[in-house]
Amino acid sequence: MGQTFAEQILGHASGRSDVQAGDMVVVNVDLVMMHDSLSPSIIETLHNELGAERVWDRDKVAVVIDHVAPAATVRQAEQQQHVRRWVAQQGISHLFDVGRGISHPVLIEEGLVQPGMLVVGSDSHSTGYGAAAAFGSGMGTTDIALALATGQTWFRVPETVRVNAVGNFQPGVSVKDFGLWAARTLRADGATYQSVEWHGVDFLSWRERMTLATLSIEVGAKAGIVAPTGLGAEHPVPEWLRVEADASYSRVVECDLSTLEPQVSVPHYVDNVVDLADIGRVAVDVVYLGTCTNGHYEDMAAAASILKGRRLAPNVRMIVVPASSESLHRAASDGTLATLLAAGATIGTPGCGACIGRHMGVLAPDEVCVFTGNRNFRGRMGSPGANIYLASPEVAAATAITGYITHPRNVLDSTEQAVFA
Amino acid sequence: MPRIWVFGNDVNTDQMVPGRYAPYMLGANDDVRRYAFIEARPDFAPNVQSGDLIIAGPNFGCGSSREYAPLALKRCGVGAIIAPLFARIFFRNALNLGIPCFTADIREQVADGDVVEFDLAAGLITNNGNQIQLPPPEGWMREVWAEGGIVPFYRRHGRFPATGA
Repeated sequence: MGQTFAEQILGHASGRSDVQAGDMVVVNVDLVMMHDSLSPSIIETLHNELGAERVWDRDKVAVVIDHVAPAATVRQAEQQQHVRRWVAQQGISHLFDVGRGISHPVLIEEGLVQPGMLVVGSDSHSTGYGAAAAFGSGMGTTDIALALATGQTWFRVPETVRVNAVGNFQPGVSVKDFGLWAARTLRADGATYQSVEWHGVDFLSWRERMTLATLSIEVGAKAGIVAPTGLGAEHPVPEWLRVEADASYSRVVECDLSTLEPQVSVPHYVDNVVDLADIGRVAVDVVYLGTCTNGHYEDMAAAASILKGRRLAPNVRMIVVPASSESLHRAASDGTLATLLAAGATIGTPGCGACIGRHMGVLAPDEVCVFTGNRNFRGRMGSPGANIYLASPEVAAATAITGYITHPRNVLDSTEQAVFA
Repeated sequence: MPRIWVFGNDVNTDQMVPGRYAPYMLGANDDVRRYAFIEARPDFAPNVQSGDLIIAGPNFGCGSSREYAPLALKRCGVGAIIAPLFARIFFRNALNLGIPCFTADIREQVADGDVVEFDLAAGLITNNGNQIQLPPPEGWMREVWAEGGIVPFYRRHGRFPATGA
C-alpha cells in the first residue's frame, strides 16, 4: 500500500521504510528551531534538568529572535542577551537576530528547510515548514530540549486528512480564504493527532503555501504538508518523496477555488468562519497585516494592489509587519512599500509583531481588528475585550479603505463608479 | 479532597496563560502559577488546591506550544485533567511534565465545585457515592507519570516512551 507524505518522511527519518499510521517511531531530526520566547527555558532544561553540556549538532540548530523583536523591556533584552551568549558558547551556526523575521519563512529562505526534512520547533506554527514539503511540528520546552540533547524525538505516525483544491481563485480571493475554508470545513479539532496534506495548489509560491501550512495547526494537525510539485529548483524534492496514488487517508475534502468567496473568521475561534457577505457591517479600528501566515511579500503586494492611489479611512490604523527581511526588501525594491506608506500604513520590524499580544500594536478593550494572522482567540493581541477578525490581505486592504469589513470587489467597484460619475 | 473545576470546549493555551504573562514577560522572581486562567477564570489560581481536577470539553489545550500553560497548572497542583479530546501539543507537554490526562467525557457526571475522591492508580473518581471509572491510559503514559515526567523518565531509561527498550 502507498504511503502519505507523513508516512514517507517519518519512515525516512526513522530508517524504517514501511511505517504506517499508528506506528510509534523514534526519528532523527534534521533541524531544531528555537525562538526567543522559549529559549531561556529550553536552555535551562537542557543543561540543568537533562544534564547535557552541548547540543548534539551545532549545525542543525537554528535560533531565531522573532517573538519580541526588538526587545520591549529590559527583562526581555537581558534574556535575549543570555540567548546570544549561549549561541556563541555552543558554537551554534544559525542565529537569526532582531529584524531578520519570523523563523518559519526565514529558515526556508536560508535553505535550511528542504523537502522531505523533519523539523521540530518551539512554536506551534512550525507546521509552516510544510510550505517546503518538510514535516514540521511544534513542540514545547521539554521536547525541544530533548531533541537538542539527542538529535532525536518520537512520534506516533499520524493519519492524514487530504485537502484537494481544484480551479483557481476569483479576483480578490486568495489562499487565506482557502485556508479559512478548510478551518470551517474541518473544524478546530478536525485533524488533531493527524497530518494534513494540501493538493492542487502547484501554482502557489512557497510563501503562499505557508498560509496553508501554518493554518494546519489551527485544525489540530501535527504537520501540514503542501504537495511538493511546482516548488522550483531551489527546493529539490528527494526522489523518495512523492504522491502515492494508493495512500490511505482518514478523510478527503475538496474545494473548488473558482467558486470560493472571501472568508472571515469571527471572534473568538479560528474555525468560526463565515462568508464575508454574511457578516453585515463591522466597523474596524485596526488593520494588521503580518505573521507567518500572511505577512509575506506576496501579501504586502496583494494589499498594495488594492491600496494603490487610495487612502486609509479616517480613524483606521494600518500596521504592516513583514514576515521577513527578505519580504521587506522585495517590497521596498519594487514600490510595494511606497504604495503602502502612501496609503497611510506604517511598517514594523520584521517578526511576529502583535500576534502574541506583547508589543508593536496591542489592542485596547472594545477595539476591532482585521488581522491577516492565524489566531483570533480572546486576548490574543492584547486586551481580552478586543475583537479580532481573521481575513486575507485583500480583505484587510479593502477594509482599511472603507473602515468596515469589505469585499475587495466592492472597493474596486465603488472607485470605478466614482471615476465615471 | 479534590475539587472539580469545569471548563468548556476548545479551551486554548492563550486562555490558560495569555502570552502577555509568559515567563519571558515576567520578572525573574515571578511565578507563572499566579497567571493560570487569569482572564478566562480569575477565581481559579487564587483558590485551586493541590490535587484538584480539571474537567473539560473537547480540544482542551489547543493553540500554542507554550509549555508554561501546563506548567502553570502543574504549579497550581492540578491532579489530573479529564477531557474527551486533548490538543496534541498540550497533551505531549502535559505528559512531559507528568500531569495525568485522561481522555474521557464526564461532564454529565460532575459539576463545577463538586468535591470528590480520586484514586489516580485506579482511575476512579467517586462523586457523592457515584463511581466514575476513567478509561485506563496506555501503559507507557502511566510509566512517565510514575517517574514524574519525561526528563526523569529519560534519565532513568535512556529512551523515549512507547518505543521499546
